[in-house]
Amino acid sequence: MDRIPILKLGGALIVTIQVDMHDRLAVALEEDLTAMISRTGARGVLIEISALEIVDSFIGRMLDNIASVSRVLDAETVVVGMRPAVAITLVELGLTLSGIKTALNVERGMAIIQARLDEEDADGLRSARGRYED
Amino acid sequence: MAVTRTERKSIQSADDVVRVRQTVRTFAVEAGLGLVDQTKIVTAASELARNTLDYGGGGEVRIELLQEGRRHGVRLTFEDEGPGIPDIGLALTDHYTTGGGLGLGLSGAKRLSNEFHLESTVGIGTRVVIARWK
Repeated sequence: MDRIPILKLGGALIVTIQVDMHDRLAVALEEDLTAMISRTGARGVLIEISALEIVDSFIGRMLDNIASVSRVLDAETVVVGMRPAVAITLVELGLTLSGIKTALNVERGMAIIQARLDEEDADGLRSARGRYED
Repeated sequence: MAVTRTERKSIQSADDVVRVRQTVRTFAVEAGLGLVDQTKIVTAASELARNTLDYGGGGEVRIELLQEGRRHGVRLTFEDEGPGIPDIGLALTDHYTTGGGLGLGLSGAKRLSNEFHLESTVGIGTRVVIARWK
């Protein structure tokens, strides 16, 4: 069965969905991403969907699940590049994707993830220094 | 009102759901629907095709290009010989589901369409007709 590739970049995982996904492919992506977060200890997941011509309730639920599971695994999911027509349709369909962080494009999405990584680096540094000074 | 083109698609697998989406898209373009309206009818088609597959045990969709005076539209008729829907009012309620979904398929498809008609007989099957006009 075909799979959607997941790229690792520093502390982030990047997925770009370039195909019209059938339901099994969406489920496989959800499983693959979860396994990869746990294996790599990634702190951020960026999902780029500008090629998706529709997001129906099944794909919406997959995105929501990925965000929830990654949150439990201490990673943040950002969905980027949603087409305006898709956004309008999603809202009318009744999906608000309230559990998902979104950004307009890859640059802004990566900025959100990078900010989180930087914050944690700073925290790590502070606590390390705290221990040293004690 | 005249039907200027008809195509039938069988819905027996997740891949068929993708094919239905693609065919509905070409009909929507042919009817001259704008990008947002195309996205709405394709998304509604995706929800209903999945229902036909998951709840109806598979079935068929008839896709029609309509013309009424200068108006063009697309009509979709989904039919299955599944268990039927005992309580249509309940099935059309947002977030009600007997499967594992979000319960937005039927209600969402209705919101995304200009015309919506649902008939179902327990033990006989279900027919859903939607249309979107330019």
